[in-house]
Amino acid sequence: MSSTVQPRGATKIALSVHSWLVYIFFFAPIFVLIVFSFSDGRNVGRWGGFTLEWYQGFFDHNQIQSAVWVSIRVALLSTVISVVLGTLAALALERFKFRGRQVFDALLYLPIIIPDVTMAVMMLLFFSEFFELLDAWFNLDWQKGFGSITISHIAFNISFVSVVVRARLAGMSEVLEEAALDLYATRWKTFRYVTFPQIMPGVAAGALLALTESLDDVVVTQFAAGPGATTLPVFVFGLIRRGVTPLVNATSVLMLTASVFLVALSLAFQQFSGRGGRSLLRGGREAVSTPNNQMKKEIYQ
Amino acid sequence: MTMVTVRPEEQEAAAAATPEYEKAASRAASRRGLLLALPAYAYLVLFFAVPLGIVMIYSFATRNRFGGTDLSGWNLEAYRKLGDPIVRDILFRSLWLAILTTLICLVVSYPFAYFMATRGPVVRNVMLIFVMIPFWTNFLVRNYAWRVLLGNDGLFTNISEAIGLGERELLFTTSAVMIGLVYGSLPFMVLPLYASIERIDLSLIEASRDLYASGFQTLRRILFPLSMPGVIAGSILVFVPSLGAYVTPEILGGAKTTLLGSYIVTQFLTARNWPVGASLSFVLMAVMLVATVVYFRTGGRNL
Amino acid sequence: MTSDGGNDQVNNQAAALELTAITKRFGSVVAVDNVDLEIADGEFFALLGPSGCGKTTTLRMIAGLELPSEGSLKIFGDEAATLPPNKRPVNTVFQDYALFPHMTVEVNVAFGLKMQRVPKVEIAERVREAIGLVRLEGLEQRRSQQLSGGQRQRVALARALVNRPKVLLLDEPLGALDLKLRQEMQGELKALQREVGITFVFVTHDQEEALTMADRIGVLNEGELLQVGTPAEIYEHPVNRFVANFIGQTNLLDATVVSNDTVCLANGVHIPGKSDLDVGSRVAVCLRPERAGMHRPDQVPADHQSVVGRLESVTYLGNALVYTVAFEWARLEVRRENQPGGYRPYVGEEVAVSWTLDAISVVRA
Repeated sequence: MSSTVQPRGATKIALSVHSWLVYIFFFAPIFVLIVFSFSDGRNVGRWGGFTLEWYQGFFDHNQIQSAVWVSIRVALLSTVISVVLGTLAALALERFKFRGRQVFDALLYLPIIIPDVTMAVMMLLFFSEFFELLDAWFNLDWQKGFGSITISHIAFNISFVSVVVRARLAGMSEVLEEAALDLYATRWKTFRYVTFPQIMPGVAAGALLALTESLDDVVVTQFAAGPGATTLPVFVFGLIRRGVTPLVNATSVLMLTASVFLVALSLAFQQFSGRGGRSLLRGGREAVSTPNNQMKKEIYQ
Repeated sequence: MTMVTVRPEEQEAAAAATPEYEKAASRAASRRGLLLALPAYAYLVLFFAVPLGIVMIYSFATRNRFGGTDLSGWNLEAYRKLGDPIVRDILFRSLWLAILTTLICLVVSYPFAYFMATRGPVVRNVMLIFVMIPFWTNFLVRNYAWRVLLGNDGLFTNISEAIGLGERELLFTTSAVMIGLVYGSLPFMVLPLYASIERIDLSLIEASRDLYASGFQTLRRILFPLSMPGVIAGSILVFVPSLGAYVTPEILGGAKTTLLGSYIVTQFLTARNWPVGASLSFVLMAVMLVATVVYFRTGGRNL
Repeated sequence: MTSDGGNDQVNNQAAALELTAITKRFGSVVAVDNVDLEIADGEFFALLGPSGCGKTTTLRMIAGLELPSEGSLKIFGDEAATLPPNKRPVNTVFQDYALFPHMTVEVNVAFGLKMQRVPKVEIAERVREAIGLVRLEGLEQRRSQQLSGGQRQRVALARALVNRPKVLLLDEPLGALDLKLRQEMQGELKALQREVGITFVFVTHDQEEALTMADRIGVLNEGELLQVGTPAEIYEHPVNRFVANFIGQTNLLDATVVSNDTVCLANGVHIPGKSDLDVGSRVAVCLRPERAGMHRPDQVPADHQSVVGRLESVTYLGNALVYTVAFEWARLEVRRENQPGGYRPYVGEEVAVSWTLDAISVVRA
């Protein structure tokens, strides 16, 4: 006798068909995009034979190439800085009581939950006021560009890193640190030999999340960018608004590949970092759902 | 003699404990905590709290004749603009679209999440991975993919023509925006729903069937109430971002379907009415804050 | 421990641990209240009490993981109350062992020596020795997740002992093990302590464990150290009702002091009972079930005190029988070895429960 919990008969078939449709909905657009990035011809709705010319175009396009480099530099720099600051913040919040702790905690959550548009507006007004002040007081003619983009990315990435690292720290027993102290380790050595190796997977996951966020962001960057420099997503966003072209298709596919690669890397890393017995999936689920706000963040764009 | 020993000459002066010493020690620990937090704290104050404050100041300011902003006279002019018919239409349209998106996501996700939760562990994990792949890929690209699909010479139009439905233009309509929003939001509904359904003791369903409930009654009276936390969490995760969406309507929507996010951006980039843009940003943030509080109140913490 | 002769000479006379007026407050809660305690060099000492009694806090203060609110704590004569844990010649075996999960057994054991910058050659030698001491040879390269509970405990012991601490602290060392392993480890721990000759202080809520292993026991309740003594002293002469009740099975009869060798039971009968408490103070007469006798009411030996009641129930334990005798004002348990023959009353029968003067003790209520 089979359980009544498992859907049976027509219900099961209906549910199963429904699930397949959901997956088709998920993957069809991506699939079509990939296929047509290889299609010869300007018409993105009809197959015009196989070509790699659009990918060639991607690498030949000067503005795209400079945007790619800005993106990479912004992503790396903002990730490094926010990993350091975010990890320190996580340690402070999980392991210490201090004055102003609750205010700090709230302040650290805000960048994650604030709508992107609001954050973008904040950055626009801030930099316009800030540069005006610089001009008025120091006669400095600074412009928005690489620096302002990086500053705004760090502002939201600190929070993402600290959320992920905190989750990891909360799961790590403080007794391990006490044991190290008991075994003659100084505070620094306790961190170096016990705390840090233990939270390393969290730090790595946080770094990958920060990297992804930075490479993904359009709205905040658009408002923080200036004539000085712009990132790939912002540049592509501009192209898209002007219309669909096979060049954008190819660029999109490359961006897609980059993000899939980052996720795969993060899953592999979590799997690899010796969390004995944890399945790939649980690692992946944690990576995705621990910062559930990653979800919100993305959709705001 | 290598161990750390209590040889008095080596050891730092230790004394008997006193309440004063205890207090001093706890102050020192608190200082260490603050020191660790300080870099991030200072950064966020300077580059987040201050900008937020500036937006607030702007929202009470007045636009001058040249499109600049007059910061001296504080007033509620910008907030009064919320009652303006154009702005009100945009607010309602955004609200309606966000609600509709949330409902569609819920209806589509629920059977899917339930089906997933009742599969064996292997199938379940595979299904989960394939929900997460689109969820992790670049957001801009995902929206763009729909533009390719729905465009006037896109695959969708071609198919629709081929099967005799005539030329259907979906791009730049509200429907296109909604498809894009649903597409982007679906995983955020599926994941919390799945998490809460998976947590339900499925023998409760057996018990319900044993007590003469039909399949539908079981769904309505047992399954749905028990999965409520997931429903609430998923709804908020879909609703709030949809309300402030900017990229999706920009790519898939048209001039007649301006939504809140785009309107705010327009105020800054073209209309040059910064106070109105600032006040709307603030309203959007308030909605988000309320939703977040609701989310945490309903125990969505560990989703 | 003979290796650090220098120190031994300096502090030859001093107690291993000397706690004076140690108090720990967490906010308004007093976790440990004005405790005075001296533990001699080489002693196996148990801190015993129910959960939340302050025993773990006391241990943590000795380890340096908790700063006392007040008081002095000397380790071999040197003040250490405010010394950080990494500057104390004391090591701890934590309750759940707290093995570093990202290190192998060997690296775990070597950790303390490495932190003290002991030369590599010596580390290798001492680690090998310590692993041999707890009989873990062959498991050096394992990680803690790959070890059984008993093995983990041995690693934790080796990791602490390799540092040759002057005092070893153990927090519920056997708590995480199942019953059979626990009993086995009791003997082993005792033997290990004799072998290394280090002062062991362990915390437990299990009175049987304390009685079996410890040379002396300190009983704590609600932050107060109620009694310190050998297992026999504590079992036979508990200072108050709590200690009597907490250690072993016991019958407690409410009574009042009438004179320094007489108390008045709740039923008004005066019986001999020595106490140095003030006349009129409320006390309890403590009679262990196995010390009580049971006779036909007309056959009580002349030198026995007795009370007569009705046999209410008999519990069969295999090696013994426990009789519950009800009186109008109390209920007593009597434990008899299960031997053939002898007096076997029926339920409902009238029986006399009897005792000799040295079988009872009068304790504060």
